Amino acid sequence: MNGTGRWQGTLILIVALIVLWQILYWIVGDIALRSPWQTLSFTVKLLQKPSFWPHLIETGKAFAAALFFAVALGLAIGMTLGLKRIAGDVFEPMLVALYSIPKVTLYPILLLTFGLGISAKIAFGALHGFIPVSLFTINAVRNVRPIFLKTGRVLRLNRFTMITRIVFPAAMPEIFSGLRIGFSLTMIGTVLGEMFASQKGLGYLLMNAIGLHNVDIIMAITFMLVVFAASMSGLLLAIDRRLHRRV
Amino acid sequence: MKRTGILRILVIAGLIGLLEVLCRVGVIDNFTMPPPSRIAYDLWRILITGKFNAAIAKTFSNAALAFVLAVTIGIAAGVIIHAMRPLREALDPFFATYYAIPVLAFYPLLIILFGLGDAPKIIIAFMLGVVAIIVNTLNGLDRVPRVLLKTARMARLNPIATAIKITLPSATPYLLTGIKFAVAYSLIGIIGSEFVMSTNGIGFEIAFAYNNFDNATMYPLILLVMIVSISINTGLGLWEKMLLSRRGLR
Amino acid sequence: MSNERHVHVSLRGVTKIFRGAGGTPPVHALGPIDLDLRRGEFFAVVGPSGCGKSTLLEVLAGLSEVTEGEVRFEGKPIHGEIMDGVGVVFQEDACFPWMNIYDNIAFGLRQTSITATEIEGRVKRALSMMGLTPFAQSYPAQLSGGMRQRVCIARTLVLQPRLILLDEPFGALDQQTRLLMGEELLRLWRETGATIFLITHALDEAAMLADRIGVMSARPGRLLEIVETGWARDRDSRIVETDEFGRITARLWQWLRGESMKSIDQSSTAA
Ligand SMILES: Nc1ncnc2c1ncn2[C@@H]1O[C@H](COP(=O)(O)OP(=O)(O)OP(=O)(O)O)[C@@H](O)[C@H]1O
Ligand SMILES: [Mg+2]
Repeated sequence: MNGTGRWQGTLILIVALIVLWQILYWIVGDIALRSPWQTLSFTVKLLQKPSFWPHLIETGKAFAAALFFAVALGLAIGMTLGLKRIAGDVFEPMLVALYSIPKVTLYPILLLTFGLGISAKIAFGALHGFIPVSLFTINAVRNVRPIFLKTGRVLRLNRFTMITRIVFPAAMPEIFSGLRIGFSLTMIGTVLGEMFASQKGLGYLLMNAIGLHNVDIIMAITFMLVVFAASMSGLLLAIDRRLHRRV
Repeated sequence: MKRTGILRILVIAGLIGLLEVLCRVGVIDNFTMPPPSRIAYDLWRILITGKFNAAIAKTFSNAALAFVLAVTIGIAAGVIIHAMRPLREALDPFFATYYAIPVLAFYPLLIILFGLGDAPKIIIAFMLGVVAIIVNTLNGLDRVPRVLLKTARMARLNPIATAIKITLPSATPYLLTGIKFAVAYSLIGIIGSEFVMSTNGIGFEIAFAYNNFDNATMYPLILLVMIVSISINTGLGLWEKMLLSRRGLR
Repeated sequence: MSNERHVHVSLRGVTKIFRGAGGTPPVHALGPIDLDLRRGEFFAVVGPSGCGKSTLLEVLAGLSEVTEGEVRFEGKPIHGEIMDGVGVVFQEDACFPWMNIYDNIAFGLRQTSITATEIEGRVKRALSMMGLTPFAQSYPAQLSGGMRQRVCIARTLVLQPRLILLDEPFGALDQQTRLLMGEELLRLWRETGATIFLITHALDEAAMLADRIGVMSARPGRLLEIVETGWARDRDSRIVETDEFGRITARLWQWLRGESMKSIDQSSTAA
């Protein structure tokens, strides 16, 4: 598919989703839903309220920190396990197993370890994000063509240069795919962390609104999260595709 | 292969042993975590006394229902979407970004819509799993060899018979990949929603135990969830590997 | 020993046995081989597929350690480390897909202490010599296989190695391009005065380019014969019209016919 075709497809999809949403609103009515237009205008109103910003900033800060740890940890683990065959064979299935378990159940352990507050959220976000980054990095590093490594040896590169100038760029497209998924999962983890035992952040507002039966807030925050997640993911996906085309 | 398996067991045993020592010596205090041997013993007690049988049954029956819905609806949707080229092209960007969206963020909305019962949880688990099934069904259908489809036409099979007798069996290894994800996602969806806000289920019990500083309940239940999801996934992973290697795909 | 000065690389009793991995029996790939490469000569190696040619090249490059015997480069023994002044062009495409052509060629130079202006000069010269100037900013994926191979050759040449090892560098090219690239290689050899060690499976290519041609046996690869061509240093592809060329090619083929049959037998009994 070419670039314009993909854009058109995305546009049609967005219009279709909005239409579907409107129809759903007509069916369900005001008790539990808001129309796309109402949601958008309430979102704008929310963004103008000073009392809302501390929550947004809290979530943003937690997410940024979690992403930093997820990427740093993921790359370090991935590079190490990718370059060391045996260690990789031993630990990779353990990472896959960790990926498959409902990680919410581990959240209480993080809360007990880090205490209530932003650090537990950061740890929980990073716990979600570092797994895909490491798994993709392991694979990427293992799949670097041996001829590139041989070329590096013939040029008598030291280990550091070999990793930074050959292994890393050669593995970059695939590592980026891991970063893209890690980004999404880190965000999911951070918000999920805020939905339980938290006093601040978008996830907290969302849970708080259930008790207050405040449909406006629920719709607006869900909308914000979905739009942010989808547009960032779309952007990263476009970069991802561009990187993969160069091979 | 065999040696790495042994090494892996040694590493895991080593880690558990280390935790045990750290807990026993007091580096990790008992308010944070009881020693692993204690957790295992508590789990054993919980299972034989049947104290949480209702919660366990609730969680797994909900997960099973969400899983069955995701698989049947997902495969049917996959077959239909595969047959309709324009629909497929319109939905591709949707599938590509779907798993970036925090599906659990819809949970409060669903609670408002359906009340605090089983329905919102099952819908969340279904929403998480169904797209994995659709995407992998499409992937498998894309890889059905053309010659098999020609064979079906020579045998004058109608479209439904072709799907049931030729295309879906041919796509089975890929379907299995989707199914593996759907199992994990239905557990994640159910337990996640139970944990965040609910009145029953393992996730709820874990959250409840956390709020009551009841480590003797919380840790065994966490262990139970880990054991169940890891063994289901490992089992399905082995089956998938076997199917793929039998077809020379891996 | 007056000969010492003229010997660039010497191999004595060089043998390579690959240890069998995971229960497979060990593979005796090479040797024993005795060979002296003279300084500034063009040496070609021909031999049946799988006879150990690439293995021999890796041993010369220092990429792979010998099981037995000794390799000396400029009098110094090589023990599986890469010596300064050795350049390699591999059998496979080794262009880095994440760098443009200019950066690919400059890559090796940038790892040394050579000044930026000097690097630029050398890369530009290499680009024009290889006819790649219009593609300096292109990426390898946009080039044909032959052009990519020229990039790899250029990348090695800019380092001005004293010993250039080439492993079937024209293997993927069509016949016309091969001939032209062969002439190009001859010109470079004359200009740089480097010693060239070229592996090829094309007998005519070996006969046209080399001063001496080593004929290798089926695995384990040994040197059966060294054929001297006696060409003048400023030769070009027109020598293919001479009778001498025909005689040399025929002689190579005589040696190889039997060996190639053997190597096919080997693989069919192994299967
Ligand atoms: N790393 C290795 N481990 C085990 N055996 C190897 C290894 N590398 C090469 N061999 C074996 O050594 C023999 C020689 O291989 P080599 O690549 O040197 O052959 P070649 O003459 O270059 O063949 P070709 O003309 O096909 O390039 C082959 O039988 C090959 O299977
Ligand atoms: Mg070879």
